[in-house]
Amino acid sequence: MLHEILIAGFGGQGVMSMGMLLAYAGMTEGLKTSWMPSYGPEMRGGTANCSVVIASDAIGSPLVTEPSGLVVMNLPSLEKFERKVKPGGLMVINSSLVKKKASRDDIEVLYVPANDIADELGNPRVANMVALGAFVAKLRPVKLDSVKASLKKVLPERRHDLIPLNERALDRGAGLVD
Amino acid sequence: MLGELLLMKGNEAVAEAAIRAGCRHFFGYPITPQNELPEYMARRLPEVGGVFVQAESEVAAINMVYGAAGAGARVMTSSSSPGISLKQEGISYLAASELPCLIVNMMRGGPGLGGIQPAQSDYFQATKGGGHGDYHLIVFGPESVQEMVDLTPLAFDLADRYRNPAMILGDGILGQMMEPVELSEMLDVQLPPKEWATTGRSGGRRHVVSSLYLDSSELEKLNKRLQDKYLEIMRTEQRWESLDVEGAEVVLVAYGTTARVVKSAMNLAREEGIRVGLIRPITLWPFPTKAFESLEDVGRFLVVEMSSGQMVEDVRLVVNGRWPVSFYGRTGGVVPDPKDILARIRELARGGGTR
Repeated sequence: MLHEILIAGFGGQGVMSMGMLLAYAGMTEGLKTSWMPSYGPEMRGGTANCSVVIASDAIGSPLVTEPSGLVVMNLPSLEKFERKVKPGGLMVINSSLVKKKASRDDIEVLYVPANDIADELGNPRVANMVALGAFVAKLRPVKLDSVKASLKKVLPERRHDLIPLNERALDRGAGLVD
Repeated sequence: MLGELLLMKGNEAVAEAAIRAGCRHFFGYPITPQNELPEYMARRLPEVGGVFVQAESEVAAINMVYGAAGAGARVMTSSSSPGISLKQEGISYLAASELPCLIVNMMRGGPGLGGIQPAQSDYFQATKGGGHGDYHLIVFGPESVQEMVDLTPLAFDLADRYRNPAMILGDGILGQMMEPVELSEMLDVQLPPKEWATTGRSGGRRHVVSSLYLDSSELEKLNKRLQDKYLEIMRTEQRWESLDVEGAEVVLVAYGTTARVVKSAMNLAREEGIRVGLIRPITLWPFPTKAFESLEDVGRFLVVEMSSGQMVEDVRLVVNGRWPVSFYGRTGGVVPDPKDILARIRELARGGGTR
């Protein structure tokens, strides 16, 4: 089993935490995991991404160049990474902010109105969890419960009061996938 | 071992491993991509009664390391390529004065100010001396956060045992990535007696830590002693990992992050029925010559680095013409792609490609 995942968006959308939750959840399930942030000039331009590898065997390069799973939280990320997804892979698009449709027909695409659902939940900042919930439910690299259990490890202690809200957001995202 | 797995950034994991190995003194100056290391030290060292100083420059930092090491403390510094260049004068002094310390270099692309993405182009500087004079550091090239953590106490111990500076040569990926890691418990480290240290104690013989020898015969004596020490280190401290080397059509040689990418490429090659092996140096100095000495049934070698070809020179020295040695490298912060390495492997397994 090998999942090579890329999560991209702008700074402040919580893409780094989405990746960390996946990596943490993988670790608690006894899998090999790695998390690698972009730290180059693209970060300074306002976009951020992270690579997550979840595997049953030792992980080679932690840098994901051809993702089997991609989450795009904003338009620049779609334009930059869509063409890199492996044929047959999954792309989750935050359709609240990305009005463009995918141009690939050899991958699976899931449109998730992450910001709209987060607004319904009363906090726009959990849009990342809505997208992550849908992504995990569809690709199943780890169990959704493992992601939830990882929240208290990844969120700083002063944010632990937001764990129930984050869990609801994960569930709403997962609920979009049958 | 605690047994609990933590998900930690390489930079932070090394810092914690150093503290658990008894390091209580850190002197540094910020530079990407290693900033989380001093940042962690700044927060954590005061909690354990240690000392953290952000110096006014890399030159100041390495000389503070000299001072603390001379007083017998377990001490470290960290930086990335351009910052390590600035530290070279001090590192030469540390080697000449036979002072134990740990230097971490999370390499980035060069030359010059270069970039901030991962590279391995400081191999020459790390393994061949780096500063002026005849000297060597004990240099480790870990491939994962866990290995970096495991090598940290060993680096301190060997530095003490041989009274020689040690270096962990990582790169931007190893510093920035998070991986599950198992840390040892806080070790109750009893540093070996340092009879030579300048501790301020009165009475007895006067201790002097210096690298100034105006009498050339005395300086030659120091050089001979250093060379004897280096020979002993070369005999006893070589470390490496060998995978499926005997019978391989192509034996890859790579260290650090590149070795992980190479392992991915090897899996792809095996799927195509190509017999591939790997020699992964863990100590870069001493270079693991023993890994090559007893080989018999080997087709050829392919060295992969994030440089224009540095370690490949050491491989050619030890292979000494017995087998062809080819090279593939990426530079400037570009990480080699497993598929590009696979293409080279294919070409060589078919008997093509002379370089």
